[in-house]
Order: sequence, then structure tokens, then C-alpha cells
Amino acid sequence: MIPVSFDYQRPSTVDEAVQALSAAGDDGKVLAGGQSLIPMLRLRLSAPSVLIDLGALADLRGIREDGDGLLIGAMTRHADVLANPLVRRYVPLLAQATATVADRQVRHLGTLGGSLAHADPAGDLPAVAVALDATMEIAGPDGQRTVPAGDFFVDYLTTALGPADVLLGVRFPSHEGWGTHYEKFQRMAQAWALVGVAATVRRENGTIAEARVALTNMGPVPVRARAVEDALTGAASTADAIAAAAGLAGEGTRPTSDLTASAEYRAHLATVLTGRAVSAAAGVG
Amino acid sequence: MTITSQAPAAEVGAARKRKEDARLITGQTMWTENIVVPGMLHMAILRSPLGHARISRIDTAPALREPNVVAAFSGRDVADVQGSLPCAWPVTAELVMPAHPPLAVDEVCHTGEAVAVVVARDRASAVDALAAIEIDYEPLPVVLDLEAALADGADLVHTDQTTNKAYTWIFDSAQAGTGGAVDEAASGAEVVIRRRYRQQRLIPAFMEPRSVVVDATGDQVTVWSATQIPHVLRFLLAVGTGTPEHRVRVVAPDVGGGFGGKLQVTPEEMITYLASKRAGRPVKYTETRSDSLLSAHHGRDMIQDIELSARRDGTVLGLNVRLTANMGAYLGLVGPGVPILGAFMYNAIYKFPAYRFECTGVFTNTTFTDAYRGAGRPEATYAIERIMDELAVEVGLDPLEVRRRNWIGHEEFPFTTVAGLTYDSGNYEAATDRAKQLLGYDELRREQAARRASGDPVQLGIGVSTYTEMCGLAPSRVLGSLRYGAGGWESASIRVLPTGKIEVVTGSSPHGQGHETAWSQIVADQLGVAFEDVEVLHGDTRTAYKGMDTYGSRSLAVGGFALVNACKKVIDKAKPVAAHLLECDVSDVEFADGAFRVRGTPDGGRSLADCALAVFAAHDLPDGVEPTLDADDVYDPVNFSFPHGTHLCAVEVDTETGRVTIRAYVAVDDVGRVVNPMIVEGQVHGGVAQGVAQALFEEAVYDADGNLLTGTFVDYTPPSAADLPDIVSDRTETPAPDHPLGTKGVGEAGTIASTPAVVNAVVDALRPYGVDDVPMPCTPERVWQAIRNGGGQS
Amino acid sequence: MTRIKLNVDGVRYDDDVEPRTLLVQHLRDRIGKVGTVVGCDTSNCGACTVLLDGVSVKSCSVLAVQADGKAVTTIEGLAEPGGALHPVQRAFHERHALQCGYCTPGMIMASVSLLADNPDPTDAEIREGLEGNLCRCTGYQNIVRAVHDAAAAMADGGGAAPPQVPAQAAPEQREVAV
Repeated sequence: MIPVSFDYQRPSTVDEAVQALSAAGDDGKVLAGGQSLIPMLRLRLSAPSVLIDLGALADLRGIREDGDGLLIGAMTRHADVLANPLVRRYVPLLAQATATVADRQVRHLGTLGGSLAHADPAGDLPAVAVALDATMEIAGPDGQRTVPAGDFFVDYLTTALGPADVLLGVRFPSHEGWGTHYEKFQRMAQAWALVGVAATVRRENGTIAEARVALTNMGPVPVRARAVEDALTGAASTADAIAAAAGLAGEGTRPTSDLTASAEYRAHLATVLTGRAVSAAAGVG
Repeated sequence: MTITSQAPAAEVGAARKRKEDARLITGQTMWTENIVVPGMLHMAILRSPLGHARISRIDTAPALREPNVVAAFSGRDVADVQGSLPCAWPVTAELVMPAHPPLAVDEVCHTGEAVAVVVARDRASAVDALAAIEIDYEPLPVVLDLEAALADGADLVHTDQTTNKAYTWIFDSAQAGTGGAVDEAASGAEVVIRRRYRQQRLIPAFMEPRSVVVDATGDQVTVWSATQIPHVLRFLLAVGTGTPEHRVRVVAPDVGGGFGGKLQVTPEEMITYLASKRAGRPVKYTETRSDSLLSAHHGRDMIQDIELSARRDGTVLGLNVRLTANMGAYLGLVGPGVPILGAFMYNAIYKFPAYRFECTGVFTNTTFTDAYRGAGRPEATYAIERIMDELAVEVGLDPLEVRRRNWIGHEEFPFTTVAGLTYDSGNYEAATDRAKQLLGYDELRREQAARRASGDPVQLGIGVSTYTEMCGLAPSRVLGSLRYGAGGWESASIRVLPTGKIEVVTGSSPHGQGHETAWSQIVADQLGVAFEDVEVLHGDTRTAYKGMDTYGSRSLAVGGFALVNACKKVIDKAKPVAAHLLECDVSDVEFADGAFRVRGTPDGGRSLADCALAVFAAHDLPDGVEPTLDADDVYDPVNFSFPHGTHLCAVEVDTETGRVTIRAYVAVDDVGRVVNPMIVEGQVHGGVAQGVAQALFEEAVYDADGNLLTGTFVDYTPPSAADLPDIVSDRTETPAPDHPLGTKGVGEAGTIASTPAVVNAVVDALRPYGVDDVPMPCTPERVWQAIRNGGGQS
Repeated sequence: MTRIKLNVDGVRYDDDVEPRTLLVQHLRDRIGKVGTVVGCDTSNCGACTVLLDGVSVKSCSVLAVQADGKAVTTIEGLAEPGGALHPVQRAFHERHALQCGYCTPGMIMASVSLLADNPDPTDAEIREGLEGNLCRCTGYQNIVRAVHDAAAAMADGGGAAPPQVPAQAAPEQREVAV
């Protein structure tokens, strides 16, 4: 299938990009890696009249240490995230989850920023950003601002990005010394996650001092499993304690029923997978 | 040349690398979509977004005002010339056959039905201009459920019909004289097992989307189409359009897979023809994947009600099968006959004394169904192999033991079954023993017991499928008795060129099977020429004017027979020429190891090439010797062939999530003698993959309004490499006694065998949880639900 | 229309394209590289896989304008100029890793890219590495075998290195200006 015709702009600076988006208004759409957008254009599920390609913004592509953590440019490709030793050191959870995104070809073009800004509830990286307590760096008509990952995902396919905003990059605090794990359940290798669980655990002397758990596809946005976190915090790092906490994974979730799974099954999976993710993160079992 | 050397090594049986590959691995393949004809236009099709509706108004004129648009028309514009798409298999005299216009005229009966087209200079312009077509629909009730469709007062799929029932077709062994009555068998049985199985709707999903180019601008109509059946298409296009058959040429260029999905005369082929006629230019149409999933014919989709009567010792007394088969909105080319092909296979490899089969074909407001790899036989094999496992559980026997107590012993062939077929040969014991050994069956049973005892959350299941199938479609007289519209013969022609090189023309039409290689091997042996010196021509009715095409595992079983016969005729024609060259009497000439020799004289032979050159010059041929060695043969089989085998599958089931992982898969197939073991193994691998896909992964789903929810590869999900196991494949070899090569056919075997092997394994793993069935595909959620509904671990 | 420059299989092409043109359409319809085919519209099947600046991408999910200034290697540019097949092509033939052949160009290009990243993959790594390419004929088993064979052949120096990339490769590390 062939996309509807559109105007194409390829700004060379962030300011130009913001201006182009401002001028385009609701008819404009950002093109990052294009791996979600182009299939939608081909099926004519999306038909913007102006496409603003961020591909020339080389400054938005790259990974560097930044204070106590990493700053990853929004246009950094998944494959570059995977190949980066700093990512493996500071936020191995991001590497682990990124390795499960789509397939190799898609990871060669798809970008971290594109995945987050697309905000598909079945996408893996939004929950990972939440579990890692990431913050989003955003440029817009009124200047630059920072939004925590927990506030960035607003609704189904909707983020805190305004129509003329550009996601510049993502700051990830270092999780050196934490145990982390992404547990993804998909029907088939190519399929989106039915449910995914991103777990981060910091242990002290055999107890869990701190835990953040975020769920993929258990609602229109990634869901922080607060009840699980509360139950884990201060608990012994044992299989029983983790199993008890994981049983609370469904609290606060709003899973949907669709062709691929019922809400009931998703809720069940959330508890099983949370147990597995936290156990792996905590090195238990 | 004078021949003194040793005979060449036999080609048949060798794992020859394929001749076809050179162009395919370098990107030099001639797909239909690659064909460009001077002046060619592009067509886009507007399809119904509704499952059932009356078209109250349609206006294509606004599309003509869009840039680059040359023509636009709807069904109303061509109503008097477009005719009705053919159904070649009216299985009963009373069959209800609704008109199937290529472009809907007043009523659309399934989502995706073509309603109008735009023909433009380029594809993008054609697609863009579809939006300008004005069309109003009045929605009509949508009929989807098979049983509701048959109820009194049901809404109608076609408002001009009075029923949704297409036909009922019955076979009863008591009436046919091939066995007893199933009711009597049931009343005298110690065990009666009744089950309902659902064959979900599948989509063939060949990788190459269908594509067609029609040049109808001159006296000749030329059609290039990604089809399995260029010959059938030529005949039906001629009949359907009134074009004299000798002015129709159909070419199937390189075709990217079919699996039955390209065994069709499609609406798109006919519409493209109409477009070329109207525009006066050649026209191309290539479907998108979403078009293909929506509107290319679907497969399977049946409800199977099975009743098996047996004694406590596991001996089966009778089998009663009631099928309800979803035809979709129309009758496809062979659609009504697909379940009937299965009718002869429900009794499988077993000696059942009584059998009854009844199938009711039902219309629904869905894409029409037709052949998909196996076509009726996978469904039959699934049902019988699933219920044999239920019998094994009921009488407390190992599933292989209950099969052994019922199957035909190798010494009992030829064996006439309760369905009236005569199985020519087989050795179920040998294939089963080999499969058990390769899987480590007994060891896995011990591991299964240990896991059950320990309450392991990951349970092990072992699934069995001992299958047979009928290949070599088909004896024409049998097809006639089943009311099929054509014969089942196949043709072969051998052209011996002056230099001794050979052209083979086959009426088969391969689309991935490797005929160019296998046919070359056969001819090399038969004629004593080099493999490289044989060129196989196919798929163009100008060169291969006579053929019945490729489906139903028939090409080698039927076409190979014709090929050998044609080769023998060549040798017979060459003998007088060789006698002339050898200066001996023709009765003294013998042909062996590639040479014509005077009987009893090992040296001084003449080759076929010598004879070819002699007839080319023809200077001094004896009187009455025709100056050609070319020969044709058309072979009509006297019987089907019956490959068989035993497939065993071991699965691990995560009882917490429901995920099924295939741990080991063993396929032991007996397809008779093998021309090319490499190709045979490839057919088994691919067949098993498709059968596993039915068991675990694929299903076409409509919502309550008749919208196809699985309209892209995101939702209709053929498995990738990461989803499939390694397959251990091996063969036993029981030659087909009536075939000159001893071959039986292999194209569908893997698909037929594997689906029940996998599902039997899943159910076997979950027996302790009170589970006796998981509907296909056995998705993690369905497995989890089955465990929940099963009442917990016993 | 937007002006783009592409290097395709070692030849430079300058064209004006409609921005909505997919790279695969541009390759097929304008440049004549019909060896690369389209199998789906959702980037699932991978039949259209080519190398873009040396890495595998699905050319149905890239706009031609996005590829401006880059180098594309298609199945038609994989063999040596003299015709010697790439080890992956050879292995696909030797191992009967294709039947109808429609997925084959994409499958071969994806395999070439996989082996460039992982010269000695396990069975599981090959299967995972090719998860973005669908084949309906082979059941994949002979494809896995072929990729193993190609890996061995390339390790023995028995074949071509990954295709040369004339255009600049993407920078690995960059400063992020935020």
C-alpha cells in the first residue's frame, strides 16, 4: 500500500524542527526511525500532511555519561543502545528490553525516542523508562523542559509532548548495584508483549531496600505496580516474600481484552511474570 | 560418438542441488509483479468494508476526474459481460450455487469483496483515486455462525437464495457395500466416544502476493498470473469470457508459493481482464498483503462431530463423522469438494468395520474457502488421530498400542478400506518403530511420569500421529463419480534436440517444488543423458499447452508417470534409428545405461544424441522411420497413492502461563521411492511447519459484524524461525507398486501429519489437570483456560 | 518532489522522488532492482530486506528520502562483480534453504547482516536473528543450516567479506546536545 501524499521537511536544527512543527499544527507529524509510523502511513491509518524528519539532527543521536547516569539522545537507534557498553554498565535493563523490541532490521532504524514518543501500551521501553525513573528532555516553542517518565505517558498513544514539541533525549539514573530484569510474554517471536514486567531491585543485607516495578500493556500507559513495590520494600529477599508481593501486581491496572488476550488472562500473567521478573532481578530462585 | 564408458551414476535417489536456485538467490527471478508490458496501466480495487450490504448507489465518475486515471468502473458497468466465477466441483446435483460476479453488482456478501476499480498510469494514482468513488451501502444482516445459519428462519447470506445450506453429501459404508452400519456398531459397543473438534479458519498466506497482468488489446489475450493452475485458468477464462481458447495464453512465471491458495480462478484475474478490455491497454494488478489476507480464499473452517465406537480392548467397531463446513460467501473453484476429499481419509490407516460420513456445506458472510495444503485430509487426520488418543485414555492403553490394534498390518496390503479405497502398500509398523526410536519415546514417557509425580509446573506431553493420505489426484473416473468438472491426468512431452539436448514440457506448474530439478533427474536416467542437458519447461500454455497443473501432491505421482512413459516412447522411437546406425536388426537393439547396443555386444554402442543427429539430418533413414524422436504422454492414474508415516511430538507446557514449547519433533514418512531426498526432506520440513502453525499459532478471526480482525501479518501470524523447532526427519521406503518410479507424493504429508501430533502432545501434557481438549490454535491463553476449566490437578 | 542521491550496489543514482515513495518502490520502480520484493505492508515479513549503510533494514519501512546520501546493497549486489556468489548465497543453494524463493532475497540479506554482527551464531541465535523474516515453504530448518555453513565458510576466509559500504557509516558515539 502507498501512503497518502505529504510534504516532507528535514530540519537541520532543533529550533527549525520546533518551528516546522509549530507551522504545521495538527497536520504535522514527527518522523524518527519510522518503524511504527511508516507501516501506519502505508495502511493509511495515519495521513499527516507534513512529515518532519528528525533524521538530520545528528546531535540527538548518541549516548554519554551525564552526572550519575546516562543521557541518551532521542534519535539513538535501538541497535546503538544495544551495542553501547555504558548502557550495559549503568542500565542493563534498557539493553535487555531493547533486545526484545521487534527484530534486528527494525532495531537498526527504530529509535529510543521514537518508541517512547509513540507510547504504544504494548511497547517495551515505556515501562522500562518508568522502572528506571528516567526523565525526558523536551524542546518546545516555550523552550526546554524536563518531564519524569512517570508523568510523560498520558494515555493510549499520547504523551506529554505538545504538537510542536521535540523529544531531545532521555536521562537514565545509574542502576549500578541494582538487580534488574525485563520479563516479556509474547505469543510469538514477532508479536508485541501481551504483558511485560520491568523490575528493579536494590538489596541490602538480604532484604529488599528499594524496588520499582512497571508493567507493559496492563493499561493505556505503563503501570507502576505500587502495591508490589510497597510489599517488597523492606521484605526479605526470598521466594515466598516475592511471590506474596507479586500477587498484588494486578492492583491499579486496567488491562484490555482484545484479539490477542483477555483482560483476565493479562491480569493472571501480570502476577506470574512479576514474580519471575522480581525473582530474577533479586537473584532469587 | 561411440560409447564404451561405464554407465552414469543413477540420478534418481540423489540429493541433486536445485537448478531453480541460481536465479532465486541472485534476485533475477521473474515474478509476475516484475513484468512490465509496454503501455501497461495499474489497477486498484475498492473493496467492501461491510460483511453484507446492498449497494444502493455507486458512482465511479468522480474517480475519472482524478489525475492519471484512465478508467474506473463498478460491477454495474460490467454486469452483462463479467459472468460468474466458476465452481468446478458441484458435489451434489442439488448444490446451491449463488452467482459469483467478479465485481459485486447489487449486493456484497463478505468484507473485502471487490466493488469497483480504478485504472491509472501508476499504482499510486490508482490507489489515491479510489477515495473519489462514491458508494452508499444499506447494511444487511451478517450471517457468521454455521449452526445459526442452518436454523429455520435464519438470515440469508444471499438475499436471492432461500437457504444458507449449499449441500449435504453422504457416504455410508452400509449403503456402499464397503462395511457395516455405524448405528449397529455403536449399539453393540462397550465404549462410545463423542467429540466435537473445530478446524479453525486458516489463510494460505503464500509469501508472494497474487499478481496478474493482462494484455487483452489484440486478438490474443495474454495473462501472466501468480497461479498454480495456468491450464485450468486458460480453459475457464476462455469459457467465462467467450474468448476462443486458442487465442488465450496464460503464463505462470516464477510463482512464490501457493499451498492451494493459488488453486483458484480469482475475481482479481477476471477483473484485470475486464479492465484491460475496457482501457484498451495492458493492466497489472498486484495485491497488498492486507488485500490478500482479506480476499484471497481461506482454508479449513469446519465443525467436526465425531463418534467412535469400540470394544474395551481398543478395537474400533465404527466411526460416524458429521461435518459442517464453512463455504464462506461463495463456492470456490473446488471449495465444495475439499471436505469430500477428506471423506475417504477419516478411517485413516485403520481397519474400521463400519463408517458413515455426512458433510453439510454452509454459506456465511465471509471470504470463500477452498483448498489449503492437504485440503480435507488434514482435517480428517486431525479428527481421527485426536479421537484415537481419547480412546486410548478411555481403555487405558498407550496411544501407539491402540493404533496398533486397529491398523492395517504390512502383510495385509493391498487393502480395501471401509471408505472404498484400495491402499496399495505401506508398513505402519516400520515407520512407527523408527519414530519411537528417534524420539526416545519410552524414555520421555518415564520423564513425563516423573514430572507428573513431582507436580512440576512445566509438564511434558507426547503426541502421536500415524497418518496416511491419498496423493496423486486423481483417477479421472473417480473424479467423475464425485462430480468433479475435469479429469485428473497429466501430460509430459520430450523433445530431443539435434545436439542431443533434451527439452521436457510438463503440464505440472511448480511454484517452489523443484520440478526442474527432479524432472531432470528422472529424464537423465531414463534417456541416459546428463542432468545438465535437460531443460524443463512449464507454466506457459504456449509451450506447455496440455496440463492439469500442480496441487494435491500429484505432480510426481501422476506427472512423473507420464514423464517416464514419454521417455520410454522416445527410446522406442530411437531404436530403429539406432539399429540403422548399428547396422543391425531392430529386434537386436537393447537400450541400457544410456546406450543403444547390439544385444550381447558390450562395446560400440550409440547414444541418444547419435540418434538425434541422425533424425535431424534424415538423409538415409529407413523407410517408415519418422524423422523425430519427440514423444508425448498423457497419463491417467488408475489409483491414488497412499504415503503414510508416524510423527511424534514432545512438548513442554508451562502450566502457569499456558505456553507450549515444542521440545522434540520426529517425522518418519514413507513416501515410497524418492527421486531427490533433499527436496523430500524440505517438503516435510515446510509441511510440518504449516501443520504446527495450525496447531499453535494461526487463526483467521471475524468480529460479530463480519470484519476480518486478522487482516495483516501483525494479527494473522505465520511462525518465524524463532517459533519453530528443529525437525528430525527420516524415511522408511515402501515403493508404490503401480508406479514406474515407486513414488507416492510428499507435498502435503507434513501438514497432514503434524497438527494432531502437536495437539495430542499438548493434551497429553495436561491429562493430569482433567484436560481432554484444547481448541486450535493452542494459544497460551487457551491452554491456561483449559487447565482452569479442567478442574485442577487430579 | 525531493532530490535524493543513492548508491545502489555500487552505482550512483540521482533522482527526484515523491516523499511518500518507499525505498523498496524506488529500488524496484525507478532503479530497476526488482530482485528485492514486497511481501507485506506491516514490516513483518522481511522479504524486502536490504543493507542500508551496511546494516539490514526493511526497505518497505524506509522512505526513499530518508535514504538520501546512503548506500544500499540489494540481493543483486551481493555476489562479486565477476559473479562469484557470496558464501550465504552459496550456502542457501547447497543446503536447500529455499523453495519458492520469494523470501530468499530478504532472508539472505538478513543473514549477511546477522553474520556481520555475530560471525559464529548458535542455532538459537540464528533463529532469533531471523525472526523478522517469514518463510512459508522451508520450515526454516535448512535456512538455519545454511547460515551455519556460511558462517563456517566465512570464518575459513572462503568467501566475501560483508559488502563494502561506500558512503559514510553512522557514527557510533556522538555528543548529545540537550
